[in-house]
Amino acid sequence: MFSSWASSMLFAQSEGGTLFFTPPASTVAPAVDSLFYFIFWISTFFFVLIVGLMVLFVLKYRRRPGVDAQKTAHHNMLLEAAWSIIPALLLVVIFVEGVLGYLDLRNPPDEAYEIRVTGRKWSWAFQYPNGHVENHLHVPAGRPVRLLMTSEDVIHSVFIPAFRVKMDVVPERYTKVWFEATTPGTYRLYCAEYCGTEHSNMVADVVVHEPGEFEAWLEDASNFLDKMPPAEAGKLLYERRGCIQCHTTDGTPKAGPSFRGTFGSEQALADGTTVKVDENYIRESILEPLTKVRAGYRPVMPTYRGQLKDAEISAIIEFIKSLK
Amino acid sequence: MSATVASQSASHPQADAPTNYLTVTRGWRSWAYTLDHKRIGVMYLVAVLSSFLLGGIMALILRMELVTPKKLFLSEDLYNHMFTLHGAVMTFLFIIPSIPAALGNFLLPIMLGAKDLAFPRLNLASFYLWVVGAIFFLLAILLGGLDTGWTFYTPYSTTTNTSVIAATVGVFVLGFSSIFTGLNFIVTINTMRPPGMTWFKMPLFLWALYATSIIQVLATPVLAITLVLLAAERLLGIGVFDPKLGGDPVLFQHFFWFYSHPAVYIMILPAMGVISELISVFSRKHIFGYRFIAYSSIAIALLGFLVWGHHMFTSGQSQRAAIIFSALTFSVSIPSAIKVFNWLTTMYKGSIWLATPMCYALSFLFLFGIGGLTGLFLGALATDVHLHDTYFVVAHFHYVMMGGTLIAFLGGLHYWWPKMFGRMYHEGWAQLASLIIFIGFNLTFFPQFIMGSRGMPRRYARYDAEFQPYHVMSTAGAILLGLGLLLCALVLLHSLRRGRKAPANPWGGATLEWHCASPPPLENFATAPTVGDPYDFDDVVYKGEEEGYVFEPKPQPAKREAQPEPATV
Repeated sequence: MFSSWASSMLFAQSEGGTLFFTPPASTVAPAVDSLFYFIFWISTFFFVLIVGLMVLFVLKYRRRPGVDAQKTAHHNMLLEAAWSIIPALLLVVIFVEGVLGYLDLRNPPDEAYEIRVTGRKWSWAFQYPNGHVENHLHVPAGRPVRLLMTSEDVIHSVFIPAFRVKMDVVPERYTKVWFEATTPGTYRLYCAEYCGTEHSNMVADVVVHEPGEFEAWLEDASNFLDKMPPAEAGKLLYERRGCIQCHTTDGTPKAGPSFRGTFGSEQALADGTTVKVDENYIRESILEPLTKVRAGYRPVMPTYRGQLKDAEISAIIEFIKSLK
Repeated sequence: MSATVASQSASHPQADAPTNYLTVTRGWRSWAYTLDHKRIGVMYLVAVLSSFLLGGIMALILRMELVTPKKLFLSEDLYNHMFTLHGAVMTFLFIIPSIPAALGNFLLPIMLGAKDLAFPRLNLASFYLWVVGAIFFLLAILLGGLDTGWTFYTPYSTTTNTSVIAATVGVFVLGFSSIFTGLNFIVTINTMRPPGMTWFKMPLFLWALYATSIIQVLATPVLAITLVLLAAERLLGIGVFDPKLGGDPVLFQHFFWFYSHPAVYIMILPAMGVISELISVFSRKHIFGYRFIAYSSIAIALLGFLVWGHHMFTSGQSQRAAIIFSALTFSVSIPSAIKVFNWLTTMYKGSIWLATPMCYALSFLFLFGIGGLTGLFLGALATDVHLHDTYFVVAHFHYVMMGGTLIAFLGGLHYWWPKMFGRMYHEGWAQLASLIIFIGFNLTFFPQFIMGSRGMPRRYARYDAEFQPYHVMSTAGAILLGLGLLLCALVLLHSLRRGRKAPANPWGGATLEWHCASPPPLENFATAPTVGDPYDFDDVVYKGEEEGYVFEPKPQPAKREAQPEPATV
């Protein structure tokens, strides 16, 4: 829109962005920015008009001894109609532009690449069509991507400022958002709906790969179990699949017990019995977390049955073993 | 013994101090059991200002923490409790009752030339409901903690193990206080206007209070019902909002904003009413476009009920709903724009006196201008998707709520302070405070627009380092703002002991409250004042020996405006 030239003249270009925006990195972003600056200049015009007249009147009609206020009309239908109708027309333009941009933002092209997103307190899980799961979002440039999103607990919201998109992630329901990244690089994804203690840490990176390099990355990333020692792969899974949110590796308890130094130890359970923490107990705790809950902890862990493969569970066990 | 001489004694400041509503009886019982709307107004004033102090201290603590991207001194949990407390206290305990309950209670009957509200007992009951609700609410938060934000969004609020139930009961009780006050105001304005005061001869402040009261009576019950449902879900496990129980979490947002968006107008309409009075009096000009301003208050009150969905553009509501709510949102901005232009035109060719209340009124025009115009970015769908739940929104509503309502409240407080307490404050210091507040405010909140549109989400205890410069500016502004407000408070408190005695009409206002003494006697008026045009200043003349204005009906032709039935042309 015509306002964008003016904005770039007024505001020094900061890394290709403007005062109010980081550089646009998706196909819809420039339209959002130009609508923003269109409204910005209309607002600036009216603001300068209002404050300008106010200052002018204060200076010109400042109270002076012996000079009383002059009589003017108490109302003027024409004038009042004018300043009701003219702004109203401008608002119609803003409204229509807003709707058009919104429809573009909301309705993905048919052939979009789909990534499933799960929000949970307080991490993101991005699952690719081949089943691979990451905590950070990797997408190809130049290809429409659709995120199919749901939450495991409370409402979260996916917000990627560089793409100018945002959508709430609601439990027991799917919401969708789409974008087509234009510029390879690393951006930020924030949770924008308040979700509790670690809300401000529920952030992820968005890595936009060069066209053609995304597939190679996905292929490579999906095979991490084969290419790493099991304990290292287990550490990755620990971070990516959400264990890290409740289990620390430094010995301090959170919602669940810390993993450090537990392997091989005897632990008291909530029902008063004890258990030896071995491979079978860990496996059982991942698949049936509520059968043997450690004393002092609430039975809150969700089951990972059907979400983790056997090889992945083994890798996590190796990782826990390594935390002496 | 009787206070009937008050209206005459106003012209004899040297005479023995006449009894007024402050001195007519003594002892705490005379306040605790009072049915006098003025005393109840003063008690509300003390209560809402205490709440404001509490909410303000929380705001400063939050701003201190945000100086650095990483932890400075607040854990994430403490930060979350703190911003919940700040938002909830400021909304429910300060802004909503500030102008209507404190200034409105004091002034509404006097501006009608009446002795009291229609239901004085209900009025006292409202105050005690407020106190009970506030204490309950604060105890719940301070003892059990509350970390849901002031919005109580489900399912977070139904699953967090903080004292949500107790806090919502507090809000529930506060709601009834608000409903009763609204009801009282509506009945009073409908039935107790003096002879000659037709609807369109009412001061615009009363129009604004009337519109506000309509919203209070119609919208607040919805909040109460919603909170009952929330409590029922938590206590009885009835699935209304929690999807685990078969409920719909987004439904809560609909219910909540069905109240809370109209509540935004509960906050801003009385402020607009105050500004209409201030601009006219301090320009010594008849208000321009009286009917447009009056109608626009009612239009805002009604349209305000139809725009709640604009808080939910990214919630997953249907695209059609989003488009309709966007259109309705733009329609509600027109009446506000009309008011601003009318205020400006009122100043045209006036005799503008930059006394402290007028400084706040001009400050309001500036800040509310920014607050209102930045609403356009949020009403437009494509831009709102990006800006929703960022600091842009935080800045926007602070410009409206604080730059609008708080500034108008301070303007009104300085305007009616001499009437309420019979003392003049020091002009120079009060003006300096208003200037510091203005600068501090802009420094605090303008950078938030920029960091918001650059992607800084709200309600974040930790943030990315790129946003730090804006946060540092904002915190510096908050300190300046705090100092300005402190100075303002000191100036007003100082006036109570040392201020010179206030004349009956220090500013030259033409509305009825300036006809009675400062402070008013218990029954306000010894004899019913004559009702004229509330914005005709021809008869209001400055008298040097009074250090204020007196009403001097002009001998002959000047009365043409005030006389509804001119016998001769």
